[in-house]
Amino acid sequence: MAYQPPKQGLAGQVFDVITLLVLTVGALYLPLYLGFAGAAKTPNPIANPTWEALGQNATEAKQWAAIGIADPAAANDIITARFDYSFNWLPLIVMAVLVVGYFVLVVRLSDREYREVIEERFDPKRR
Amino acid sequence: MANVTATAPATERLQLLRVLGPAHIWALGVGIVLVGEYMGWNFSVGKGGMIAGLAACWVAGLLYTCVAMIDSEVTSTIAAAGGQYAQAKHIVGPLMAFNVGLFLVMAYTMLEAANAITVGYLLDTVAGMMGHTGLNQKPFIILSIMFLAWLNFRGVLATLTFNLVITAIAFLAIIALFVSVQLGASAVAMDFSAITTAPLPYGWIGIVAALHFGLWYYLGIEGTCQAAEEVRSPARSLPYGTMAGIMTLLIAATMTWYVCSGLLPWEYLGQAGTPLFDAARVTGNTGLMVLLFVGTMFSTLASANGCINDASRAWFSMGRDRYLPSWFGAVHPVYRTPYRSIVFLVPIALIFALGAPLDQVVTFSILSGLLGYTFMTFNMVMFRRKWPLETIKRGYVHPLHPLPTIVLLTLCAAAYFAVFLGYGTQLSAMMCFYIVASLWFHFRRYRFVRRGDQFTMPWPKPQGY
Repeated sequence: MAYQPPKQGLAGQVFDVITLLVLTVGALYLPLYLGFAGAAKTPNPIANPTWEALGQNATEAKQWAAIGIADPAAANDIITARFDYSFNWLPLIVMAVLVVGYFVLVVRLSDREYREVIEERFDPKRR
Repeated sequence: MANVTATAPATERLQLLRVLGPAHIWALGVGIVLVGEYMGWNFSVGKGGMIAGLAACWVAGLLYTCVAMIDSEVTSTIAAAGGQYAQAKHIVGPLMAFNVGLFLVMAYTMLEAANAITVGYLLDTVAGMMGHTGLNQKPFIILSIMFLAWLNFRGVLATLTFNLVITAIAFLAIIALFVSVQLGASAVAMDFSAITTAPLPYGWIGIVAALHFGLWYYLGIEGTCQAAEEVRSPARSLPYGTMAGIMTLLIAATMTWYVCSGLLPWEYLGQAGTPLFDAARVTGNTGLMVLLFVGTMFSTLASANGCINDASRAWFSMGRDRYLPSWFGAVHPVYRTPYRSIVFLVPIALIFALGAPLDQVVTFSILSGLLGYTFMTFNMVMFRRKWPLETIKRGYVHPLHPLPTIVLLTLCAAAYFAVFLGYGTQLSAMMCFYIVASLWFHFRRYRFVRRGDQFTMPWPKPQGY
């Protein structure tokens, strides 16, 4: 006998959608609101900036002017900003465990469900 | 493949229309992705420098070539709405399918939000150039998303024909800029001296870090298979449209890097909102500026348009299978579109378009895409093991298996590390979200799912079961 799922009422459907919405928005917005997200570049502005001091040649200086930044001081932060790629191994290992663990969990639970699907689909007694 | 839905329960229900050809598939794939040339890719230059940006462009191109090869084989065999979602359902299992459905919805909805943000930013920039500073971007963001959702609501043929036209114009705009600059149309000379003066400002780790945003050049090409149930000849159209799309994008990406790196200082390029438009501004040529403004607008609209199409198909498919409330599985009685899914996803796109920074939204989209590419690797291996080549008829068989799978998995691992360099918190938060959602599905939602209905292909029993 094939598995007969229960009929879900309207309230249950609404509840399920709200659960997913809260999970989605929560997971993606929380890091933003808590200030954990993003790799902000840190500017290291130099004193009395000139195009030469900022490492820009004459052609590059013309390019800056063409996009509306004619004053080297206005480009100081953009040119001197750098990412910081130093990292600890522990967060990297945690991330790797999370990614690998997630896929292992999903594949194993999926396989359990998949066996039910195949059994019902291909076993004539259960159709 | 036409009997995919015919083997489902014998209920009277409306079907999606089979009206699309290879050109529409090309337009859907390239249309979603071409915006990656107009914005976002350049953050890879910011993360690693000019050389790292080019390396990321080509390495990501290799990754997506593997994606296109693998996807073409599986999709041309499992031609059902939802694309990779339907693949996961038939090959790995329901929970994996639920997760893949979420990857697709998240990747495309975030990409749609990023497109809308870019429309607002571009209009603000142009208004500033015209002397009207401080333009309120929000009405344009809302208008873009609402208009495209309406277009999708009205019908898939009109939607993708619209995409075909504006994608072609946006692609031609890149070529026109490239050719014009080569013919001396720029008032300012191209300059690649940074390649020698600052070849790798972050060292070799910068090349790996740049791969993060290098994915943006091509992200979404796998969306071609979302329309599998609406294609007249899936076995021919899907591989042809997808592979033509990836070739188009490889050419466009390389030209884009060349023109932008030559016309813009790499420090500016690495954080620019609309790099191709900025490159046109540097030329001082009004015609090119107008053309690249139009190209940027068209590419963002085409991308958002395709994203709405794809995200709604994935959401619709999950609703139809009761992975989500079945209310979402409805087809419009007149327009034959998944209208409830289209409407439902509009406010989600708006929440992120109006409330999150562009690089964060782009990262969310990239992460969901990356999880989907990782799934493709073991999905391909399981597909060949459960149904070896001689057991079922495939529309297309990709060569050199398992080499593309191994290359894809290796590049995915590198891309996770690239995202970790600076955006590890988002990655961890997203993994926690998917783990909790998976447990929710397995222990609560799955009881509403009809087991046997999850396998609709007319195939023999998989080996090993």
